[in-house]
Amino acid sequence: MDRPLIEISHLSKSYQRGDQVIPVLTDITFDIASGEFLALIGPSGSGKSTLLNCIAGIDSVDGGNIVVSGTDIATLREGELATWRSRHVGFIFQFYNLIPVLTALENVELPLLLTTLSAGQRRDHALAALSAVGLSDRTDHKPSQLSGGQQQRVAIARAIVTDPDIIVADEPTGDLDRQSAADILALLGRLNAELGKTIVMVTHDHRAAEAAHLVRELNKGELRAAS
Amino acid sequence: MLLLRLIIKNAFRHRLRSILTIVGITIALLAFGLLRTVLDAWHAGVSASSANRLVTRNAISMTQPLPYAYKGRIRQVTGIDIVAAGSWFGGVYLDEKNFFANFVVEADDFFRLYPELLVSPEEQKAFTADRKGAIIGRKLADRFRWRIGDTVTLRGTIYPGQWPLTIRAIYKGARPDTDETVLYLHWGYLDETMKKRAPDRAGQAGFFMIGIADATRAAEISKAIDALFVNSQAETLTETERAFQLGFVSMSEAILLAITAVSYVVILIILAVAANTMAMSARERLGEFAVLKTLGFRGPTLAGMLVAESLILSVSGAALAMALLPPLAQGFATGLAQYFPIFFVSRETVMLGFTFGVLVGLLAAVIPAARVSSVRIADAFRRIG
Repeated sequence: MDRPLIEISHLSKSYQRGDQVIPVLTDITFDIASGEFLALIGPSGSGKSTLLNCIAGIDSVDGGNIVVSGTDIATLREGELATWRSRHVGFIFQFYNLIPVLTALENVELPLLLTTLSAGQRRDHALAALSAVGLSDRTDHKPSQLSGGQQQRVAIARAIVTDPDIIVADEPTGDLDRQSAADILALLGRLNAELGKTIVMVTHDHRAAEAAHLVRELNKGELRAAS
Repeated sequence: MLLLRLIIKNAFRHRLRSILTIVGITIALLAFGLLRTVLDAWHAGVSASSANRLVTRNAISMTQPLPYAYKGRIRQVTGIDIVAAGSWFGGVYLDEKNFFANFVVEADDFFRLYPELLVSPEEQKAFTADRKGAIIGRKLADRFRWRIGDTVTLRGTIYPGQWPLTIRAIYKGARPDTDETVLYLHWGYLDETMKKRAPDRAGQAGFFMIGIADATRAAEISKAIDALFVNSQAETLTETERAFQLGFVSMSEAILLAITAVSYVVILIILAVAANTMAMSARERLGEFAVLKTLGFRGPTLAGMLVAESLILSVSGAALAMALLPPLAQGFATGLAQYFPIFFVSRETVMLGFTFGVLVGLLAAVIPAARVSSVRIADAFRRIG
C-alpha cells in the first residue's frame, strides 16, 4: 500500500488570550492519501481553518507532526516553510485574495516569480492555468472587473499554476452565489479527477462537502468521521 | 518586471495620498535647499577665499586703521610675494538703499592678488592710469546700468565729502562664488584727498592683503608679521583670508545656527509625514502581504518592496525639488541681490537634497517594513478577519 501524502499525528494547537490558554486542536491524528479530495467540516470555531493552516504550513503547531511526502513541516523554519509552500501547496481563499492592482494574468503569474522560469515561460504557464479555469478571455481584467465566481477561478488558476501536490481551499464557495459555487466545486472536482491534485477543503456548507470524496468533522478541536 | 510593476502600482495606489506625499517632500526639500543656499550665500566670502592670501588688520578691531608705513616692513618678511593696502570705503550712491560694497585698493598689487577678477588688459590699464577711476563688478554694472566712462559720485560716510569716480573697468568673476557686485577705487585717490581734507587720517590703511607663495607657511608668516609690531601703537592681527572672512560670518552665528536648525527640522517633519504614509499603506495592505507570504514570498522580499515604494515617493519628491530649486533660487537671487551678491545653488546642496530624499524614503519605511517582514501569516489573516 502507498504511503499517505500527508500524515498527521498527535497534532495539538492552542491560542493564548491574556493569561488564558485556549485549546484549538487536540491530539489530531489522521492521514490524507495522494489524490484525495477531503472536506473538513464543523461549526465556527471548531478549529478547521486552523487545521488547514497547519497542513498548509502557514501556522505553527504546539505539538505533533505533519509529514508531507516524507518532510515533517512542523520542524521547518520560516524561510524553509516559505520555499516548501511555494513548491508544494496551492491556496484558495474564501475572499479570493487577489492583488487588486494586478490583472488576472499578472495575479496568476505572481507565484511563478519564485521559480527559475523565464518571463515568457511564466506568461505561457499563467495563460495555460487561466485557460484551464475557462478565463482565457479575461487575462487583462483586474479583479474589480470580474464577478466573484470569476475572481475565485483566477484564484484557482493561481493555486494550480505552480503545479503543486496539494491544494488547500478555505471556504472556497463561502462568498459565492449557488451557481458560481457549483461551478467552483465542479472545477475543483475536475482538478482532482483529471490532474490528480490532492485537495483539502474547509467548509461548513454541506452541499460543498458533498463534492469531496471524504468528509471529516471537527468539533471542539477533535476530529471524527462525519455523520 | 512584474515585481517592479507591482511596486510602482502600489506606490501610486492611493493617487491623492501619494501625490500629496510627493508634494510635501518636494516643498520640504525646496525649503531645505533654499535655506542651505542662504547659508552658502552667507559663507560665500569664506568659500571664495584663497589659502595663499593673508589679511593683516589692527589687533584691537577691524574698524581701527593701521599706518600705511607698515606695508614696507611687512614686505620684508620672508615668504611674502605681494602686499596691498585696502580699506572699507563705505560710500553711498544717492541713497542708503542702493547699498553695495566698495573698497579702496592699491590697483597693481590688488589685481595680482585677485586673479579671479577677470578684466581686459585695456580696461585694467585705464583703471590703473586714472586716479579717480573705479572698477566695478558685472552685476553691479547691470544693476545701475553703468557703462565704461560713466561718472558715479559716492557720498562718503567714513571719509566725508563727495567722491566723483569714473567707471574705467568692469570685471567678471572667474568662479561662480566670485562677488561681482563690488566697486573698487584707488587707495591713492583716498589718501591724497584725505591729506587735504583731514591730514590726521591720511597715511592709513584699513588692512593689508598679503600674497604668499606657500600656503603651508601661512601660520608661520602670520606670526612673523605680528611679531614685527608687538608693543607698537597699532599691534596687528594677521590671519588667513578664510579666517578673516569667517570673522565676519561669526558675527551672525546665532542667526546661521537658527537657519541650520530650521533646515533640518523641515527634513524631520517631512520624515514623519512620509513615515505616516508608509505605515498607513502597510497597514491597509497587511492582508495582501499575508497572501504574498502564503504564496512563498519571504519577509525580506516584502520589506524590500515596501522600502522601494517609499523610495519611489521620496526620490520623486527630491528630484522635483532639486529641479525646481535653481529657478526658484534665481528668483530669490534677483530679489535679494543687495544682501546676497552670491546666491546660487551649489552642487553640494543638490547632492544633500537627493541624499535626504533617499534617507527619508529609507527611514520612513523602516518600521512598516519590519512589521510586514515579521508578521505571521495566520495572525495577519486573523487581524483582517
